[in-house]
Amino acid sequence: MTLTPTEWTALWLSLKVAGVAIVIALPFAIWIAWILSRKHFFGKWLLEGVIHLPLVLPPVVVGYLLLLMFGRDGWVGGCLRETFGISIAFTWVAAAIAAGVMGFPLMVRAIRLAFDAVDTGIENAARTLGASKRRTFFTIALPLAVPGVVAGTILGFARALGEFGATIAFAANIPGETRTLPLAIYTALQAPDGENIAFRLAVISAVVALIAVALSEWLSARSRRQLTGRDS
Amino acid sequence: MSSLEISLQKRWPGFALSVDFRAESGATVLFGASGSGKTLIVKAVAGLGRPDHGKIVLGDRVLLDTGTGISLPPEARRVGVVFQEPRLFPHMTVERNMLYGWALLPKPTRPNIAEIVSLLGVEHLLKRRPHRLSGGEKQRVAIGRALLAAPELLIMDEPLANLDEARKQEILPFLVRLKAETHTPILYVTHAQSEADVLADRIVYIEDGTISEIEQR
Repeated sequence: MTLTPTEWTALWLSLKVAGVAIVIALPFAIWIAWILSRKHFFGKWLLEGVIHLPLVLPPVVVGYLLLLMFGRDGWVGGCLRETFGISIAFTWVAAAIAAGVMGFPLMVRAIRLAFDAVDTGIENAARTLGASKRRTFFTIALPLAVPGVVAGTILGFARALGEFGATIAFAANIPGETRTLPLAIYTALQAPDGENIAFRLAVISAVVALIAVALSEWLSARSRRQLTGRDS
Repeated sequence: MSSLEISLQKRWPGFALSVDFRAESGATVLFGASGSGKTLIVKAVAGLGRPDHGKIVLGDRVLLDTGTGISLPPEARRVGVVFQEPRLFPHMTVERNMLYGWALLPKPTRPNIAEIVSLLGVEHLLKRRPHRLSGGEKQRVAIGRALLAAPELLIMDEPLANLDEARKQEILPFLVRLKAETHTPILYVTHAQSEADVLADRIVYIEDGTISEIEQR
């Protein structure tokens, strides 16, 4: 099956939006996961709740909240417009923000589990050998958490690829700008003779998702092998 | 040669620790049953736990003084620790494990690698990953790793407790050699009389959080 230019555009846009979203979200996800795994502080439950909000709220509500924040008169959007003269809403950047926000809790969860599994005794050993907290994090905790980071990244990426509700509310459905695969499928289904188009797009989505999952399995297994030198 | 002065107090519901002693060069054995408070002393000296009140001085450096609010982080204390479990870094070879602390030292102060590697008899293990070592080998690597970080005090917290009798007999001679050949003072925690007999220059007996006796050998 060869792809039509419209299909290519939707596929490429989806990959760009999800890719940019996850690459930017990843350092923050690692940071938050680390804090949730190792720090105890007053109001931790609140941070945890806010992080997980996109997982439990209807996506369209998240999109609406993003629109309130980043819209022309929102408190972030207003600032951006006044200082830089740019508007984010209804651009592919908005689609990326929506995708990143929706994928974020999944990344945090997977990475946090990986940090939880790292023995703090090993980190303490590194400290007594002269390593600062920062060095211990980058040479011990983070490398040992890599399989979880990989899993979380792919999970977040897959979620970002499939993002629909938040995107359509915050970034709208503009061909070539914010019409990612799920929005293209929705658009096709709205058209009287679009069923065939929708089916082809659905197949493309499924293939991309399968590739992502397979890649994740392979990368996780490989990094686990490299970490311990063991096969399983 | 550095001496170690320790004075610590800590209270929990139902248990109180209060110790005050001085360890000169050589090996000082902290002897006591589990739950007597030995591990808390180790943690406080290494910087991994905080007493309510206390002062710890190693040589001319104050590691901890709750009176003046000084508490050096573990990485600044130069106190090496060999734990009950080897705690090797699973993602690094034996060699990279052993050089982890060594590589952080200024070049002129780095100990001789070959000397310590041969002292512990781990030459043939250097390229292996920790999971391919026996329990005794792991513990020898852990000791080497601690020594290569050039500590001013070496703490061993029941380093043989997790090993079977044969492994213990395999490692004890290395510990005796280590004591004879390095000048690092050792704080050795155990509840095994046989280990204390072989290694101790003095034994500090701990019972229910206090020192019951100090015996010079």
